[in-house]
Amino acid sequence: MITSGIEDEDKWLAEGIAGIQHHAFYMHRALDANNLREALKYSAQLLSELRTSRLSPHKYFELYMRAFDELRKLEMFFKEQDRHGCSVADLYELVQHAGNILPRLYLLCTVGSVYIKSKDAPAKDVLKDLVEMCRGVQHPIRGLFLRSYLAQVSRDKLPDIVSECEGDADTIMDAVEFVLQNFIEMNKLWVRMELQGPVRVIEKRNKERNELRDLVGKNLHVLSQIEGIDLEMYKDTVLPRILEQVVNCKDELAQYYLMDCIIQVFPDEYHLQTLETLLGACPQLQPMVDIKTVLSLLMERLSNYAASSPELLPEFLQVEAFAKLSNAIGKVIEAQVDMPVVGAITLYVSLLTFTLRVHPDRLDYVDQVLGACVKKLSGKAKLEDTKATKQVVALLSAPLEKYNDIVTALTLSNYPRVMDHLDDGTNKVMAMVIIQSIMTNNTCISTADKVEVLFELIKGLIKDLDGTPVDELDEEDFKEEQNSVARLIHMLYNDDPEEMLKIICTVRKHIMTGGAKRLPFTVPPLVFSALKLIRRLQGQDGEVDGEEVPATPKKIFQLLNQTVEALSYAQSPELALRLYLQCAEAANDSDLEPVAYECFTQAFLLYEEEVADSKAQVTAIHLVIGTLQRMNVFGVENRDTLTHKATGYSAKLLKKPDQCRAVYACSHLFWVDDQDGIKDGERVLLCLKRSLRIANAAQQMANVARGSSGPITLFVEILNKYLYFFEKGNPQITGAAIQGLIELIKNMQSDTTTPDRASDAFFASALRYIQFQKEKGGAMGELYNTINV
Amino acid sequence: MVLVLAIGDLHIPHRAPDLPPKFKSMLVPGKIQHIICTGNLCIKTPLINFLLFSPQEVHDYLKSLCPSLHITRGEYDEDARYPETKTLTIGQFKLGLCHGHQVVPWGDLDSLAMLQRQLDVDILVSGHTHQFKAYKHEGGVVINPGSATGAYSSITYDVNPSFVLMDIDGLRVVVYVYELIDGEVKVDKIDFKKTATTATH
Repeated sequence: MITSGIEDEDKWLAEGIAGIQHHAFYMHRALDANNLREALKYSAQLLSELRTSRLSPHKYFELYMRAFDELRKLEMFFKEQDRHGCSVADLYELVQHAGNILPRLYLLCTVGSVYIKSKDAPAKDVLKDLVEMCRGVQHPIRGLFLRSYLAQVSRDKLPDIVSECEGDADTIMDAVEFVLQNFIEMNKLWVRMELQGPVRVIEKRNKERNELRDLVGKNLHVLSQIEGIDLEMYKDTVLPRILEQVVNCKDELAQYYLMDCIIQVFPDEYHLQTLETLLGACPQLQPMVDIKTVLSLLMERLSNYAASSPELLPEFLQVEAFAKLSNAIGKVIEAQVDMPVVGAITLYVSLLTFTLRVHPDRLDYVDQVLGACVKKLSGKAKLEDTKATKQVVALLSAPLEKYNDIVTALTLSNYPRVMDHLDDGTNKVMAMVIIQSIMTNNTCISTADKVEVLFELIKGLIKDLDGTPVDELDEEDFKEEQNSVARLIHMLYNDDPEEMLKIICTVRKHIMTGGAKRLPFTVPPLVFSALKLIRRLQGQDGEVDGEEVPATPKKIFQLLNQTVEALSYAQSPELALRLYLQCAEAANDSDLEPVAYECFTQAFLLYEEEVADSKAQVTAIHLVIGTLQRMNVFGVENRDTLTHKATGYSAKLLKKPDQCRAVYACSHLFWVDDQDGIKDGERVLLCLKRSLRIANAAQQMANVARGSSGPITLFVEILNKYLYFFEKGNPQITGAAIQGLIELIKNMQSDTTTPDRASDAFFASALRYIQFQKEKGGAMGELYNTINV
Repeated sequence: MVLVLAIGDLHIPHRAPDLPPKFKSMLVPGKIQHIICTGNLCIKTPLINFLLFSPQEVHDYLKSLCPSLHITRGEYDEDARYPETKTLTIGQFKLGLCHGHQVVPWGDLDSLAMLQRQLDVDILVSGHTHQFKAYKHEGGVVINPGSATGAYSSITYDVNPSFVLMDIDGLRVVVYVYELIDGEVKVDKIDFKKTATTATH
């Protein structure tokens, strides 16, 4: 059916065009013959084709254009009086004899334009006459095109535009009056289209109306080009008259289009000076008008205008642009009760964008906008609408992008209140945006108060919000979020130790609420942040006698202990053990023996009770030995206890080679190669001998279990340890013992049925080293003299 | 001529938020033939996030600089795929890689030299101390590239971010150390030649 409808229309159009061509042929002949009567006759017949009601606007336009071209030729003819011998005034009378109203009015407009040009009659009178007479056609499409024709032919004849016509105030007013009237009539016709035809084709009709809108808008465009319209005239006459029509027509489509049109065609400085009037119309528009787009456009234009020159800012302040816009938006939201939340928030986003561009220094404005948004959102549950959520994210992101500085956002009291209205997922996304902003701008958050506000903002990442069990979350997302929080902790910093301690306490307070899943991410950066502070305080302790010093290493260590302890409960014993060892070293550097001892105790407890995996045990015990080796804070007794434990656990590792290596590493606990370091040669030797025994046992086990001798690499490793202590001057390590070990390894090499290239190379390398040392000469050469390779 | 980047002890995000931007701008893909990383990258972060430019996982970041990436495991690395030690041959040089927390006393040259003999390598690259070091001894070289993020260390005070580029050419290796001192990148150059003793065994 529809296709046949379109086919019909095509047919009708073709018929219309054929009709025009047919009559045009005779009209041309009449024109060539300078036959006025015939010309008028055929032109009227030609124009009768425009009387059709069967065409859609689109097709009608095609037909109209054909007729329009012909009318140009007729107009040329009218201009040349010597060709037809008739005065313009007479012509003006003559054409009124045409039988039908539509052709008559087209002809009248055509002659009218020539009439004005000839200056035989005042333009004002002719225009007034024409615009009045066109009322005779009330069919929307025909009327619109007729008036469009009138606008077109009169355009270059308006008093102001053509400089020949003197542009005194009166004539400008006449021109304005003419265009305004034509505009008003056209708009009425256009709106009336809405009321015609069956309801079922609303969509089609809206489409058709849309195709015609520029005919109406053209009038506003013409008005904007009349240079004589100064601000005063625009303010007092032009804008109020247009708005009156816009409001009164009560048509959504027209209102939206015309508001848009007003904003587009008139200069920004006029908008700025007539904000009140323009904005005053907004709440009066129909409820379904997409006012937010209109206002957004206006604000965008105004902010571009403000950006064009810094000198314009005083004008904005003088007219109180922000207050007026803010006020208008409030009223619009109030008036349009059914406006969805997303619409309201979009408006606030536009206002915020305007504010940030025009008044970047007015944080109070920014906060005001956010406050208005909170008001709109309040009383409602969390936002469910994803579009609205997106707008809220845009609203919250805008200040971050503008100021590149989260510290500014932290001063906005309404910022967290807006965030509260986001759903948990979006809240997290926003928190991530905030962290990202801090990271990319390398912003340092330097007071505990700001840290407090910041953590309030990102609380969605810090702890479980109501009803969101962690296990439902995406594991990867969760990790990324927590790693971002970890990075963030490094950005919270103050040079002043007291403030820094406050910051650390604030961070600690918040991250401790995070639960077992978050602590492994958040505790380490906090611990290292605190350790850095301790290092800064080293040497300062005790300087101030009698005075209360709030930030002391002791105090911080207490905090640290509790913090790391929480981690050990959070199923991260290995991480906790490492952090205890870090604390122990820091305590060592701060000369706090009890603290260091406590840290080691905790580390050992974790080792005993929580570190079960044999590979993890190997790493852990090496870290314990490595740390303990560096400690010099311990008295003899404490040291003995700890070294005893360390050696004991080393010898209890599961695999023999691991035992062997850990035990010989323990030898370093008894020989620290610096001036005041412990040098207990005997116990070094005990360790090495013990590791040799374990190596032997390892080899025997290999013999029994696999029928082959185990690798000799452990022996070569121990040989190297012997050499190490030999060189360090440990009297218990003798050349003879080393010689014996070399022979032992050589024998093993010759006995073995499965040569091991790596061990052999290692051994060869060790022998080469001995040779190298022998050849060095001096004390070292002498020391090595007793050894033969 | 082969360029080898030696880098390690980043400790992201435990001890530092990210690599220094100045280093990032210097480290561009396509210039380096091999990366050897001593370990302690720490972070394990997925890449994808629909809204943000996500902080890249350090491993993937290094991989993007150069696909030939060799990593050993630091004591904070959770990735169990990283080995404790690793050796590779580049040109005439045999390189050994180890984080170093396994070698007690930490950072002790003689003990590292023993590990070097054990791995039977010309150049041993290790980390853990967060302090740049390059030593020549008994014909071998021991290099510590320091911490690329200048991460806190209980061993070294006032850590400056640093990494090492090795230019291996025939029997010669030039070690460039890049150090970030007060916001400026300082470059130092140390020249090593492989001696005949280690070359001929």
